[in-house]
Amino acid sequence: MVPRPFRLQQVRRETHDTFTLELEPVDGCDGFCFRAGQFNMLYVFGVGEIPISISSDPTTPRVLMHTTREVGTVTKAMGKLRRGDVIGVRGPFGTPWPIEQAEGADVVIVAGGIGLAPLRSALYQLLARRDRYGKIVLLYGTRTPNDILYRRELQRWRAQFDLEVYITVDRAMSGWKGNVGVVTALIPRAPFDARNTVALVCGPEIMMRFTVMELQRRGVSPQHIYVSMERNMKCGVGVCGHCQLGPYFVCRDGPVFPYDKVQHLLEKREI
Amino acid sequence: MPQPGAVEERRFVLFAARLQDLFDSLKRHGYQIIAPVVSDDAIVYQPVDSVEELPAGFTDEQRPGMYRLKRRADKAFFGYVVGPHSWKRYLYPPLQRLWQAKRNESSDLQVVHDREQPARYAFVGVRACELAAIMVQDRVLLGEHYRDEHYQQRRENVLLVAVNCTHPAGNCFCASMNTGPRVRSGYDIALTEVLDSKSHFFVVEIGSERGNTVLQGVEMQTVTEEQWQQAQQVLEGATKRILKSMDITDIKELLYRHLDSAHWESVAKRCLTCSNCTMVCPTCFCHTVEDTTNLHGTVAERWRKWDSCFHIDFSYIHGSPVRVSEASRYRQWITHKLGWWQDQFGTSGCVGCGRCITWCPVGIDITEEISALRRSEEGKVAHTLPKEENHANA
Repeated sequence: MVPRPFRLQQVRRETHDTFTLELEPVDGCDGFCFRAGQFNMLYVFGVGEIPISISSDPTTPRVLMHTTREVGTVTKAMGKLRRGDVIGVRGPFGTPWPIEQAEGADVVIVAGGIGLAPLRSALYQLLARRDRYGKIVLLYGTRTPNDILYRRELQRWRAQFDLEVYITVDRAMSGWKGNVGVVTALIPRAPFDARNTVALVCGPEIMMRFTVMELQRRGVSPQHIYVSMERNMKCGVGVCGHCQLGPYFVCRDGPVFPYDKVQHLLEKREI
Repeated sequence: MPQPGAVEERRFVLFAARLQDLFDSLKRHGYQIIAPVVSDDAIVYQPVDSVEELPAGFTDEQRPGMYRLKRRADKAFFGYVVGPHSWKRYLYPPLQRLWQAKRNESSDLQVVHDREQPARYAFVGVRACELAAIMVQDRVLLGEHYRDEHYQQRRENVLLVAVNCTHPAGNCFCASMNTGPRVRSGYDIALTEVLDSKSHFFVVEIGSERGNTVLQGVEMQTVTEEQWQQAQQVLEGATKRILKSMDITDIKELLYRHLDSAHWESVAKRCLTCSNCTMVCPTCFCHTVEDTTNLHGTVAERWRKWDSCFHIDFSYIHGSPVRVSEASRYRQWITHKLGWWQDQFGTSGCVGCGRCITWCPVGIDITEEISALRRSEEGKVAHTLPKEENHANA
């Protein structure tokens, strides 16, 4: 339950308000084993601790990566960290994306904004064993073209013939020739076989609700749709009570849930 | 003089004048005694040395939103029930340092795990509902998913001297929750106080080898049939004086059917979201953590602090809290306590102690709110209880 010290190998600016921390354990033990979709509690000395999903490649656990947006006290302090600084890490916590269960099926990944971060881990893992899956489609919605995360990787992936990447923005800017609109608008046209598809969804709750509706309209069954939930978390181990979602502790029973498990709760207000 | 021997010989009589012998024995065995005392016009749990410090001759009057201490006509040591404190305060303290971290030139971040001096408490005066609450917290904090080492260390060392309730108060509903008024298991020693014009004694029941050890050297008599019967009568009388009840039949399903109920708005009109109910609850476990540093910025600490689902920032995620409205926060508390708690831990989170009713500044009564939900279903939902049964419990 105490944080393990990790040293910052690099702080990579992704956009004007997001950055990626690349971490290695100070104790020299090799790497950090986790499964795509899990999260860590990251501690900035004396400032505080927050849950952040892991966005690195689970198949090469030497470097641990976390992408976050500067919004609160702790993430703002994180934004000021430099290479060589040390932060505390507790984890990994929570349930993973159903990467193995999706074998043999098409995989559609729907990300909203920073929700792409935990899905990048899933993409790495899917691409590492590309032959085991049918079509892999990434649908990614973000606010403006300047808010696109992992730009270089997306460009590289887009150039590959075995991964389809569709990006849409809420507000276009000059020079943007791509889609404009909400990410759900990409679903009807996306190339996947709805009868044999596993969907991984992460983003704001409202975006996830409409995404799920759209996926269901295409014929994807709710038990094949997985969402990653977000709640306030203090402990990571199902005891502080903050992350409760009905009977579930999101930190322990989630963050990744099959949609049919949480559907009845997400339909309630302020639950 | 008979001495307790094997645990099978469980029942004895300890005369009230010799209660201090029990306290002395607890101290000889290395226990710090925590017991009820009067403080700020309420009965709370504090370290004591002597039976002189117990609230002898006091009783409490409790109603929704109301607590008053009163003088009794007699000198009963335990002639009251539970106050604002629960034993949770000692097993799972409101504020606890979890670890320290140091930062200096030679090391960037060195985390020092807090290992506290093992506390060795004897709780004297644990009521049946409170024993049940400790069992509930055991499931939460020493469960299959998570073991809290701070709690575990305190819990393993604690000696529980239970007291059967003889004077239930107006908000007690332990009988409905099947937790009291009589202790059934989980204690080391159980006392039943008998006080009449002729005599003042405790019927002592031994619940564990540890309890038995402590009672070695305490002068006790073999209980006579008459003394045993006297104690039984007192306890039967107490059970009859529990007037409040809550119908817990399918209560989980009842609450799940009412997640969208308009009733929560009517509670919200009264609820101040002050969090008193959660602070006095003997089972509420939610906590937050606070990180602090010294002025040099070289030492940081992590503190655990009780928190409440009634606080607006409890559910805060970037942007805004999940549960903004008062209605949603009350619904969360009661649905968790009586419903989701069962899914999470296989037990209700409520033991029927009545504290949340007494200490609510506006007197919101959990049993009344459940009755209101049931009434709202009468005639509407086919699977509610037959009317006779509802009335039997109303």
